[in-house]
Amino acid sequence: MFSSVSAFFAPLFETSFSLNDLMFMLKGAGITLALTFWAVLGGTLLGVVFGVIRAISPWWVNLPIGIVLDIFRSIPLLIQLVLANSFKTIIGVRWDSFTIGCIVLALYCCSYCTEIVRSGFLAVPATTRRAARSLGMSWTQDLTAIVFPIALRVGLPSWIGLTLGVMKDTAMVWWIGVVELLRSSQVIVTRIQEPLFVLSIAGLIYFLMSFPIARLGARLEKRWREND
Amino acid sequence: MSIEIKDVHKSFGALEVVKGVTMTVEKGEVVSVIGGSGSGKSTLLMCINGLEPINSGHILVDGTDVHARGTDLNKLRRKIGIVFQQWNAFPHLTVLENVMLAPRKVLGKSRAEAEAIAVEKLSHVGLAEKLKVYPSRLSGGQQQRMAIARALAMSPDYMLFDEVTSALDPQLVGEVLDTMRLLSSEGMTMIVVTHEIAFAREVSNRVAFFHKGRIHEIGPPAQVIGAPREPETVAFLKSVL
Repeated sequence: MFSSVSAFFAPLFETSFSLNDLMFMLKGAGITLALTFWAVLGGTLLGVVFGVIRAISPWWVNLPIGIVLDIFRSIPLLIQLVLANSFKTIIGVRWDSFTIGCIVLALYCCSYCTEIVRSGFLAVPATTRRAARSLGMSWTQDLTAIVFPIALRVGLPSWIGLTLGVMKDTAMVWWIGVVELLRSSQVIVTRIQEPLFVLSIAGLIYFLMSFPIARLGARLEKRWREND
Repeated sequence: MSIEIKDVHKSFGALEVVKGVTMTVEKGEVVSVIGGSGSGKSTLLMCINGLEPINSGHILVDGTDVHARGTDLNKLRRKIGIVFQQWNAFPHLTVLENVMLAPRKVLGKSRAEAEAIAVEKLSHVGLAEKLKVYPSRLSGGQQQRMAIARALAMSPDYMLFDEVTSALDPQLVGEVLDTMRLLSSEGMTMIVVTHEIAFAREVSNRVAFFHKGRIHEIGPPAQVIGAPREPETVAFLKSVL
């Protein structure tokens, strides 16, 4: 037990890990953040659109959307990335791997976000909406002033979870050739052969990126709960 | 200036709940609607401001046919306030914001104007101390009075009350009835669906007794409640008094 612990910490005192390596990893972390940002932004915008459509439309609109989103949710992300990357070559578009990664992650994020938005929307009592309409508010005013704010409070915890999940899933984009945080760590491990140490640093960076988002979510939740 | 209801029929699927109701409520009148559960009285109220469609007949509010094709319901609803059994507060807004919302969104009032209106109406119903509080911190009676203020903030010509005390604890019923008494004393035109027979008798100009989707008896409270003519009315009053 003790020997394994000391083996783990040994590189701390005697390591080939250089400042340049750290900068290389931070650059990778920047790519991870950018992937997360675009994927969550695109996925959320699409998710809001599809979520509202799913909440208000009849089954014959709902069913096809539901099936397509189920496909995105059921097929492992890795397979989706590789397929999308090959598909790109087949149809002959010249997008780089980063763009493909963003698009696939955004669709993946959208498929989950749609369900979050739909259930949040449906959680708003019909009687509350009826009260809004009875005051002369239009359907759109009811949507923006009543339904969205209430649905946001219902859906936020799941959305934060989704964002953190997507951030970790960006690691898979490595497979189509994007050098993000995990890939950059791997490059360094291959060179200096100190996997535990390098991966610990990578894990720490992931944590530092996720923590503020999780805290922000918890704070908003707490503030809203005080009103309930 | 009146609400005219002409031979209105309303069904939910195969179930006809309103079976040909005709009545007129003149401006300044307070009409109470009493009757057993499922007699169609709440449904009729929802039809008056177009929250529920009707199957046949006409409802005219100041001459405008509520259910006609070209009627702008959002505009029409500005002059018909309604308060529900479940008070339906907007949970994400403070009491003040609840009341300010419709004047701002629907009437396009500025924040300052809307706030002035909201403060006035909330003071009127006795909630001046609760402006910055969220609805969840209010009692049922306070939430219901807030709902009344929220409807009043649109300066409606008519107020509809749908069993507004039914969901309240008995000790909270009084404060809501007091608010409604105040409104009737100020000359507000009101249609009050209620189980509070004593209240109906006290504030109404006329009382309508609903039974199985029809008006069985309508007239001054002293007659309908004091000396009912129809056997169904007698049976109903006996069951609730």
